[in-house]
Amino acid sequence: MFKLTRYVLYDILRSKVVIAYTLFLFAVSIGLFQLEENQSKAILSLLNIVLIVVPLISLIFTTIHYYNSYEFIELMLSQPLSRTRILLSEYGGVALSLISSFMIGVGFPVLIYTFDATGLALLFTGIALTLAFTSIAFLASVKSRDKARGIGSALLLWFYFSLIYDGLVLLILFSFSDYPMEKFTLFLSALNPIDLGRIFIMLKMDVGALMGYTGALYKDFFGSGAGIIFTAGIMLLWVVIPLLLAVRVFRKKDL
Amino acid sequence: MRPLLAILCLLNVTYVSGNTIIIGKNRPVNTLRQAISMAKAGDTVLLQRGTYKEGNIIIDKSIHLIGVDEPILDGDHKNEILTLTGTNISIRGIHFANAGYSSMNDFAALKIIDATNILIENNTITNAFFGIHIANSTNSIVRNNTIIGTNKTEHLSGNGIHLWKCSDMLIASNKISGHRDGIYLEFVSKSIIENNKSLKNVRYGLHFMFSHDDTYLGNSFENNGAGVAVMYSKHVRMENNLFDKNWGASAYGILLKDISDSHILHNRFIQNTVGIYMEGSSRIGIGKNIFQANGWALKVQASCDDNTFYQNNFYGNSFDVATNGTMVLNRFNNNYWDKYEGYDMNRDGIGDVPYHPVSMYAVVVEQNPTTLVLMRSFIVSLLDKAEKAIPGLTPENLVDNNPMIKPNKL
Repeated sequence: MFKLTRYVLYDILRSKVVIAYTLFLFAVSIGLFQLEENQSKAILSLLNIVLIVVPLISLIFTTIHYYNSYEFIELMLSQPLSRTRILLSEYGGVALSLISSFMIGVGFPVLIYTFDATGLALLFTGIALTLAFTSIAFLASVKSRDKARGIGSALLLWFYFSLIYDGLVLLILFSFSDYPMEKFTLFLSALNPIDLGRIFIMLKMDVGALMGYTGALYKDFFGSGAGIIFTAGIMLLWVVIPLLLAVRVFRKKDL
Repeated sequence: MRPLLAILCLLNVTYVSGNTIIIGKNRPVNTLRQAISMAKAGDTVLLQRGTYKEGNIIIDKSIHLIGVDEPILDGDHKNEILTLTGTNISIRGIHFANAGYSSMNDFAALKIIDATNILIENNTITNAFFGIHIANSTNSIVRNNTIIGTNKTEHLSGNGIHLWKCSDMLIASNKISGHRDGIYLEFVSKSIIENNKSLKNVRYGLHFMFSHDDTYLGNSFENNGAGVAVMYSKHVRMENNLFDKNWGASAYGILLKDISDSHILHNRFIQNTVGIYMEGSSRIGIGKNIFQANGWALKVQASCDDNTFYQNNFYGNSFDVATNGTMVLNRFNNNYWDKYEGYDMNRDGIGDVPYHPVSMYAVVVEQNPTTLVLMRSFIVSLLDKAEKAIPGLTPENLVDNNPMIKPNKL
């Protein structure tokens, strides 16, 4: 299994897309830290990178990689290897390369410039989102044979998670503003890994605002030990469940 | 000027020579009560090291009570310890411990009623209901005292320094923690409150009402349950104070309610839920302050008019300004906003594009606080950008026409 993951890794490195991604993240992070006079503003801009760019690249890169290595996967299937092992090795290779790009591109600058709770929360969120969206992308790509359709559905998923979902939440909150919605929004946030990661970072960054009125509830919940375990647990579910579904589909699939 | 005169008067009084009575365990005079009844006006009473439990003691003549090596006056959890009334009395270097609690009376470790020219200096007060309670007094000084409360609930603890109907007072360099309100003033005029530290109190760090012509300099108010609340006063000056980490659902750096003709200058507001909350306030100059990492730097309700916000620096606040209406009768000028995105063509240091400090999202959150959960999300930044391009919901008149490109030098 590790052997297969290693081949996948070599293959990815040869394509140079990951290297470009690493360089892009690194340039942006260093640039932000150098340009902004106060670190909190740089972290704020990095937050947008982590919440928008990281899921997008993870989704697109994974789908394209899957379709490009379709022949390789077919070749492997002719070998005495289980389908689960093949897909998991693919996943391992892709996730590992994306995480290492993220750690080199964003991790190093953050650790050098702002090694504090906010920085660590940012890194945790970045890694979790990379893993989660890689598995979502695998699910999207095993579902459809057509490359264009696969990439299209991946893009749509990104659009949904990063924009449409929050719009829906806003709509719900305004439609039901006469009711106590605080607890319900906690539940809603669990349904979107980007929201979950954002709230996790916000707790470190906007602690003042979050202590006001309804915010205190989020702070009490997410700030507590149970809340951190909840966040990590839900993130883990977002990584594991799409991946398991993808494996299930892949095993039964007529290739 | 008048508090200064008070200091001079006290200095004169202190060095008028009188007899000295020494109280100690193995001396002819071994209780404070005995010494007080023996003493005549102008005498000095030296209280030597030890613990004295003598119930409530009343001083009504001009004497100087001085503690040697921090003697302890213990109230045994049931008494008011020392009650002063009269003129020219000074109390120094004494540790007041365990004053009584009553839900009927405002028991204090040290109560001063109907007095003039009192000096309270270098004392320590622990475990009291009220710390120092002053009523109907003038020209007095409370300086360098340490008052540590027990941090119970609001109704189980009293105020650290409580002044009622006083004038020309000086409250300086005291450290107060764990009481209901750190410093509480009601009907106190022409007084100076400076260099005090008020922290971890259950309710407010500083609380005043109907107290005109007072000056607050260089105090720090940190981690208080609800920050600082000031109400119904005129001609107040607040300078060089620090308001730090006042966090909570209704916690404010300062809450200004019906304050007018006042100045708030050179203060620092750091990490408060709300830096300044204003309601029904008029003609206040708020200038050269630093607002950093607050939830809301300013919440200016529509009931405020004719206030000027100038040359302040705003950094890293979640929201710069929020308001509850579209009517704006206040002015913003020459502030530095870290969220400003304009340019400066003629290089005079002032941005050419006006800055609207109320964001669309601040308006949304004001209407529906639950939406706070969407802070920093993509949709919120889209909304803000859209509103900036085509303003519709945010108050159009709330604008800084001359925003600074670089932070003001303060």
